[in-house]
Amino acid sequence: MPSTRYCIYLQYLVGVAMKLSDSTRARVIGRAEPGTAVSGLPLMGCRVRAGFPSPADDHLEAEINLHEHVVKRPAATYFVRAEGDSMLGDGIHDGDLLVVDRSLEPLPGRVVVIALEGEPTVKRLARRGGEVWLVASNPRFAPIPLAGRECHVWGVVTHVLHALPGGER
Amino acid sequence: MIALVDGNSFYVSCERVFDPRLEGRAVGVLSNNDGCVVARSHELKALGVAMGAPLHLLPPAVRRQAVLLSSNYALYGDMSRRVNQVLGEFSPDVEPYSIDESFVGFSGFPDGELEPRCRELRDTVGRWTGIPVGVGLAPTRTLAKLANRLAKREPAFEGVCRLDAAGEATRRVLESCPVDDLWGVARRSAERLALMGIENAWQLREADPRWVRSRFSVVMERMVWELRGRPAIVLDDMSEPRRRLLVSRSFGRLTGERHELEAAMRQHCTRAGEKLRRQGSLAQAVQVFVRTNPFLAGEPQYRNAAVVALPAPSADSRELLAAASRALAAIYLEGYRYQKCGVMLLDLVDFERRQASLLETPEDDARRARSQRLMATLDRLNREMGRDTVRFGLPRRDNAWKLRCERRTPRYTTCWDELMHVKTGR
Repeated sequence: MPSTRYCIYLQYLVGVAMKLSDSTRARVIGRAEPGTAVSGLPLMGCRVRAGFPSPADDHLEAEINLHEHVVKRPAATYFVRAEGDSMLGDGIHDGDLLVVDRSLEPLPGRVVVIALEGEPTVKRLARRGGEVWLVASNPRFAPIPLAGRECHVWGVVTHVLHALPGGER
Repeated sequence: MIALVDGNSFYVSCERVFDPRLEGRAVGVLSNNDGCVVARSHELKALGVAMGAPLHLLPPAVRRQAVLLSSNYALYGDMSRRVNQVLGEFSPDVEPYSIDESFVGFSGFPDGELEPRCRELRDTVGRWTGIPVGVGLAPTRTLAKLANRLAKREPAFEGVCRLDAAGEATRRVLESCPVDDLWGVARRSAERLALMGIENAWQLREADPRWVRSRFSVVMERMVWELRGRPAIVLDDMSEPRRRLLVSRSFGRLTGERHELEAAMRQHCTRAGEKLRRQGSLAQAVQVFVRTNPFLAGEPQYRNAAVVALPAPSADSRELLAAASRALAAIYLEGYRYQKCGVMLLDLVDFERRQASLLETPEDDARRARSQRLMATLDRLNREMGRDTVRFGLPRRDNAWKLRCERRTPRYTTCWDELMHVKTGR
């Protein structure tokens, strides 16, 4: 669904690719903390459009920073790597980078990292008939009832970073 | 009131956050180069493994049952930083005291709210970081330390224990605490106190402070005041020199200059090295922390800390300094005015009881002997000719930092290629 938000997101990615040297990238993104974050990118005052830029764009007031945008609570945010293809329907591919916030409530409808019998797993939480289930977005995988199972929610997945051709590390 | 917040089996807890299968198992973390056990889960303690036990002397049954990991200081340092960040949400006054302990000042908070606040703090640290902590709340640091121990020992407290300056409960706690269990009371002083009929903390509290000072020292007098609930000691006084060494100081004025921070770090590190050699210990890792002044409203705030492991346990100021400058380089940010910078030497071992690494060669022996001679000469010059007669410049950056760490877990939070993996299918 191409939308203006999506366009702005693309803008970030292009900006990030252009402005960051490798060394900053490595230092910065390894830790989830605004303090060590990238020197921000100038915020465009208008959406991407053809025609003349607004004169207001000459007065850059804020900076945008993808890290701060994605990481709301640095102390509680962790990056993890997805493995497998059973969450494709939620936009999670094999090898994608997931942003996980441990401070968020694991509410039904949210995608969570959950330790199932000791194995960290990504699934969506769903409530069906008064019971909580873990569901995959690939219909080949049957939902898993949580009742009577040893598990604890590790955190809530808030973002997926998926690299397209040319963007792989 | 002040709280001491302290992570339970901190290194093991860090490992468990990222590998849930370790939950409920006997887990140990080994010192640099996998020499001896420096952290134990309570399951491992129950197997009779002592702190500092050499790896090669563990019974085969224990080695089969237990999960023994190399130390992963990058992970522990980052998790420690996260815990302190969460503490900062509850009070502006957070003072890290070691990698797994911090003091949180609550002056100005309404007294009735403190205990619920500490419970919320404990829950939040647990949820956000996965690290279980114990909280001891009291009017002074010494009492907070005692309260913290109770919070961890007695399940009924559910991790948070408050100890007031007076009252029947406080009396009972102090009476059951032998003086040498108190923070900063050396065994020798404890023996002398016992000769004078002072065997527990309550008796010391009831002693005449002037008498205590004349017979012992100002430090011991301060202890009496602390036990009575009047804050008397500063942080640097209370390091337990057998476990860690902390040297830190506030700058006379705020500074944002990198070279000023480096100079302070160098000085603290040199001082810590001298103390370390005086007591005959070796350090295994160096932690550096910096912070701005949290009480200046409107000033941009920043605090951070980093830990760098030493290639082998060392008391050589050059090696300590090289590690400390790497740590400072990792956390220094421009654009802030810093108020404080500190250096902490972690996981100390006695030189005499140090574990010889299997990898040590005669060249290593010769190098160590040279290092010892150099450091002894240095210390003598500075003692006889005055402090700072001989000082260090900044070490080269290109030092090799190779550790033997075959069983080290991934650096989950500081290294792109080592992130935790989560499966989508099952």
